[in-house]
Order: sequence, then structure tokens, then C-alpha cells
Amino acid sequence: MYRYDAIDQRLVDERAAQFREQVRRRMAGELSDLEFKPLRLMNGLYLQLHAYMLRIAVPYGTLSSAQMRVLATIGRKYDKDYGHFTTRQNIQFNWIKLEDAPDILDDLAAVEMHAIQTSGNCIRNVTADQYAGVAAGEIEDPRIYAEIIRQWSTLHPEFSFLPRKFKIAVTGVFPDRAAVKTHDIGLFIRRNGKGEVGFEVLAGGGQGRTPMMAQTVRDFVPKAELLAYLESVMRIYNLMGRRDNIYKARIKILVHSLGIDKFRALVEEDYAATRDSGSPLPAAEIARIAAYFAPPAYERIETPVRAFEAARFEDRDFARWVTHNVVAHKQPGYAIAVISLKPEGGVPGDATSDQMDRIADFADRYSFGEVRVTHEQNLVMPNVKQADLHALWRELAAHGLATPNLGLITDIIACPGLDYCALANARSIPIAQRIQERFMDRDRQALIGELKIKISGCINACGHHHVGHIGILGVDKQGEEFYQITLGGSADENASVGKILGKGFPAEAVPDAIEKLVDTYLDLRADGEPFLDTYRRVGIEPFKEKVYAAG
Amino acid sequence: MSTKIFNANDINNGRVVYLAADGSWSERIADAAVVQSAEDEARLQAVADAAFEARRVVDVYAVDVAIEDGRIRPLVYRERIRAEGPSVRLDLGKQSANG
Amino acid sequence: MPPVKHVVKHGTFIDDEWLAVGDEDAVPGEGAVTVSFGRWQTEREALAGRNGPLGLRLPADADPAAIRADLDRFELIVLDFPKFNDGRAFSQARMIRQRFGFAGEIRATGHVIRDLLLFMARCGFDSFELAPERTIDDWRAAMREFSVWYQPAADARVPATELRHRAMAAE
Repeated sequence: MYRYDAIDQRLVDERAAQFREQVRRRMAGELSDLEFKPLRLMNGLYLQLHAYMLRIAVPYGTLSSAQMRVLATIGRKYDKDYGHFTTRQNIQFNWIKLEDAPDILDDLAAVEMHAIQTSGNCIRNVTADQYAGVAAGEIEDPRIYAEIIRQWSTLHPEFSFLPRKFKIAVTGVFPDRAAVKTHDIGLFIRRNGKGEVGFEVLAGGGQGRTPMMAQTVRDFVPKAELLAYLESVMRIYNLMGRRDNIYKARIKILVHSLGIDKFRALVEEDYAATRDSGSPLPAAEIARIAAYFAPPAYERIETPVRAFEAARFEDRDFARWVTHNVVAHKQPGYAIAVISLKPEGGVPGDATSDQMDRIADFADRYSFGEVRVTHEQNLVMPNVKQADLHALWRELAAHGLATPNLGLITDIIACPGLDYCALANARSIPIAQRIQERFMDRDRQALIGELKIKISGCINACGHHHVGHIGILGVDKQGEEFYQITLGGSADENASVGKILGKGFPAEAVPDAIEKLVDTYLDLRADGEPFLDTYRRVGIEPFKEKVYAAG
Repeated sequence: MSTKIFNANDINNGRVVYLAADGSWSERIADAAVVQSAEDEARLQAVADAAFEARRVVDVYAVDVAIEDGRIRPLVYRERIRAEGPSVRLDLGKQSANG
Repeated sequence: MPPVKHVVKHGTFIDDEWLAVGDEDAVPGEGAVTVSFGRWQTEREALAGRNGPLGLRLPADADPAAIRADLDRFELIVLDFPKFNDGRAFSQARMIRQRFGFAGEIRATGHVIRDLLLFMARCGFDSFELAPERTIDDWRAAMREFSVWYQPAADARVPATELRHRAMAAE
């Protein structure tokens, strides 16, 4: 993974010093709330329902064990012994004091971390495929370019005060696990007709009040031109995006109102005039960064791995975990192990400081010191020897980290919701817990198969409900928490926005509604067909009928 | 006119605080000054605004409440969550022993 | 009498000669004046024929391309930050400076808060109208907040890619 050079380190150190001075001025009464708010937001410090919340950047979701240990320590020293992993691969702490924030930023800077631009109307954390570098079929590791874009976008003098937040995602393979089409700018790594590697650049995706999918601005941008081209896209948005209404301020609204052809024409016009003065991306710099993402020193391992196969055969619980939570690795004898942070009855995406410390240890022992955060709020150990999986699983199980539900109905994605968030209209976590409770039976979960439920507590859609196979949106209906269900959303390259099922439900009726949806699916599915495919084949009517049938 | 109290977040620790009759800010809702007339509300609003201007608290606003069995209960669920803590972690926030 | 502006240029407060003329005011025959974009559009001929330096005040929502052909008439372009989080003027400045090659002075007005000054300097601004209570020490502190930058912009500061390139070439 990337290691800072002196330049990177100095930037985060100076940023931490700048923020320390801003906090000093704030606490000395020299800065008003109006002046301070955008400054603290650009360092990820929100004011939430109960306290300040700090959102720490985890660039493209990749963490070293040392970094994970510092996150554990931050939880212990400055918060309440736990953190929350988010749908943008970041981590949040919910009980922060303003006076501690400068010390926290210093602690982070010491392990090459920061909270820069995790909020505010600027370019946010660049996200990428959580299996980058280890899944088969990848053209190149997208994290190389996520790191390049991270640096380019950090304290960019022209683009730090955009009309609204700006989110970029990159992926190097299909299926697209990075939800590229739901981002303000999405990048698919591509080869052109000559076999050269470059990027398909898409723009105008986003969730929230008006979900839209990104459209292609250019089919192929050569690597060397990537940053200069992105600057032209950003410039058109910065100049023309609406600033009068926060619900109409994202680039998706601009692309939609201009139409993609007109938008593209404006970008290309600016690009033609500025390509030589835009940010260069020399091959030497790409190579410098790419070297950090070279594969680790894999051992040559003969497959099948006897110890692993035997353990699967002998230990049914282990076998179940392998079936669901272990993903094929491109290197023979290795595996990708996913740590579910969705234990039944827990809070989706939360981990205690103790668990973080344990995970750091496991990463050191079993995964070349690396862990990743997914945008579905789970953690990945990307490089585990198959022969080590059983030992890893036993240790995970001892710490409540071995729930075998990746991608299943109980692997629910949920925003913090009204329990924590000042923007929310309804709670989301208890809904997730109720659904998990209804579907506790593991065999039943396996029978149902892949089914992504995503829950948001308000229209800002941080739970990504629009792209859930089943989406749930919490609303406030005359003081009561009410939940709207959508079906058929998807975040991959065949992205789709979920369709509203019908009238909403009070909290206690949600598990029944979900159960009826599942029953409908099980009745109608063709052999081996996952939920989303059945829905796309039969449409919404059978589901509607069952859920809203009298009695 | 309904019964109201004033709340805000402490500028330093970010915790929810309630304006008491003596102009101090308490983390306990039981200490909140309760107003029922427009004049009293305006008076308390002025005290709250002054604290905001003095940069001691942020995000000041009035909360509609009911008094039930002598206890102050915000009418809106969101404000009850602010007064108590997350419903999914009863060990955290004001509702807990170390709240 | 309009308020005295508190302008920093070349690292020091200057005695500002520019007079901002309102749309309804008479334009003085001599001296340095700035006019609004709207006034320029309606009185172009008269203003162009005037003796004395001319400056243009461009609103944040104006397309800089609209003044491209006229840039050689102006010694000063004033760009506006109507709210400090309205970042359009950063792009306007870069376009005017880099893409259109404007060699005159670009000035920032409006909500010019300390924490944006370095970004403004990087985007091609030469001068800055500060709030009256800001001191030259505030200015200097703002310019010193960072010593490294990832991106090239409209200024001469050397970005990281270039520094790394030089370091690699030297090895």
C-alpha cells in the first residue's frame, strides 16, 4: 500500500497545524460558527445529535495494521471504545470533543492518515473496488489511480468550494464492486483498440433526493491525461453548478439539465484549451505509485490445500463461513476473507476498539498487514493463505467477527440514522436489527442467497437505499417513523435505482413486509436465480400483490 | 402557546445542553428552564442568543415539551433521543450511568 | 463616500487608486475606475474611449469567455466571492489568467476570508480586499500555512509532481 514521502507527510502535518490554529481561534471566540463550520467540515468534524462526530479518511478503504491500531486507540482515548465504518469506506467516531480534534489529527498524521475533505463541498474520499489487486480479471489495480486522484484533489486551490460535495470512484474489473455509476465522477479502467490502458470517464451519478446514474463523458482518456481531463469536468461543474438550492447543487442535476451531449461539449472545449496547463500525470509518477501496490511476496502453494479442504469437511461452521465469506483469490493457495460487521443484534458497521486491535493482529499474522473497508460496511483481509483460514476463523469467532453472512439478507447496510445523525428523519439501525432477528436462521439465509438490503434514515441516502435490492427509506410521517420500501436497485455496472413498492410501513410492520417479499421471491425464482434477477424477470407486481394483499 | 425549553450543543465537547433559569447550560434536561408564555420565551431566547454570540454554545433552538409526572418530555422523538442517547446503545449518552 | 478598501498586494497594504463607480454614477474623466460588467456591456464604446485605467468588476455567475475579446482594455479585473464558500471565482481567475492570458491585475473582493487566501493566490489573484480588522500578519500567516502543493495552478509554486520528478532525475 502507498507510503508517504516527505511531501505527503508535510502536507498532513501542516494541515493538522492549520486546524489546530483554527480550533484555537474558535475556542478563543475569534471565529464565529458561520466562519468555523466550513473549516471544521473540511476536516471531517460534524456536529451530530449527541456530540461532534469525526469522519476519518480511509483512502480507497485500505488500512495497514498500524493504522488500524491507531484507530482503536483513538476510540479508546477520545471516544467511547468503538468506531463506525461507513458506506464510503471511511470510519466515524461519534463522541468527539472539539478540543481533542487537533490531537487526534496529530495522532493520525503520525501514521499517514488524516480527515481532510471527508466533508464539505469539496472532493471527498476516492473509493475503489474492495478486492482491488487480488481478484482475477483486473486490468490494473484501481487503487493506484485512486491514490493519484486523492493527492490531486487534496487542497486543490480551484475546487475546494464547489456547489456541493463531490464523490469519485474507480474500478478495474467487472462486476463493478465500487458502484462507479452512482458517483459524481466514475472511472472504469479500460483498454482501447490499441491495447493501451486508460479510463472511461463518467459523470453525473448520485443518490439523495434525485438518484441518477452517471453517463459517459468520454469513452477513453489516456492515463497521462486523466488529471487534466478531470479538471475540465470539475471546472464546468464549479462554474455552472447551481448554488441556490442544496438539493439541486450536485453535478447530476447539471448533467441532467444540460443533457450529456451539451455537458460533454463544454468539458471538451475547456479541455482542448487547458490540457497543457492542467495537472500532468507523468508515467514516472504512475510507476512510483504503482510500485506500492505491487503484489506481496506470495508463496508458491500447491492446490488443493489439504489442510483447508479437510477443515471444511470436518467443521460445518467453518465450512459455512467459507461458503459465504471467503472469496476466490487470483493467487493459487490464497483467499480473500471478509469480516462481517453485521452480527445479528449488533449495529451495522460498528467495531469496538478491542476488535480493531484484534483485527490489526490478524492482519499482521495472516494478511501481510493489510485490511480493507468495504462500502457495504464490512472489512476485508485480502491476502490470507487458505491453509490459515481455519485458524483465522477461530480467532475471529472468539471476538464476534465471524458472522457468516456476507451478501446475505442479514448483511444489511444501514446509515447511523436518527439514533446519531442530525439530518435523519427516522432510525435505521433498529430496523436492521428487527430484520436480522426475523431471519436469524442460518440455513434460511443461505437458502435465500444474495439479497442486499440497504437502509437510509433520510433522503440524503447515506445508506445507499436507492441501490439496494431491497431499499428502505425512513421518513417522518406526522411525528411517526415510517418506512418506504423500494425494489430492484443495484450498484454494479448494470446499475438501477430501486422502484417504490407502494405505501410505507410503521417500524413494527417492516419485518413482515420483508418476509412477504422473500416468500414471493422463493415462490417465483427459477433454479439458482438470485433475488435481483427474479425481480428483473417478473417485475414488481407479484411482490406488490403479496405485500399489500388484504389479511 | 406550547411549553418550551431551549437546547444547544456545547461548543467544546459538543454535548447537548439545556438552558437553565440562571443562564447556565446543563447537560441534564431536568435542569432546563420551562417557559409557557411568549414573553418568557422571548426572554429566554435572548439569553440563549447571547450565549451563541459569546461563542459558548452552537445550534441553539427551542424544543416543544410536555411535563409528565413532573418530568420534562420533548414532544418530538428526535429531541428525546438527544435528551437520552442512541436507542440502540443504552450504555451511551445521557441515559447511561456515565452519560 | 465609499468605504476605504483594505487591499493587500505584493505582500503589503497598498494605497488603492481604483475608484469603484456605481452603475448610476458619472464616470470621472480621468483616474483609475472600475465599472460593473453590466455597465461595460451597455456603455462599451464610451468607456473604451476614456482616458485613464479601466477595471472591470465581474460577478460570480458571469462566464469569463464573455470578456475574453475585451481583456486588453482592462488593467484590473475584480472577481467576487459573494459568500466565502462560493468558489466560482477560483475558476474564473484561472481561466482569465491562464487560458486567456490576461497579464493585468486580478483582485478578490467580497467574502475574502483568511483561510481562502492561499487558494486565491494560487489561482492567479494578485490583490485582495480584506476586512478592516485583518492585519498584514494575518496575510503572512495565511501565505505560510502550507509549503507543499500537489497540483500546479496559476502561480509559480512548484507542485509535488515536479519536485518528485527533479528528485528522481537527480538520483
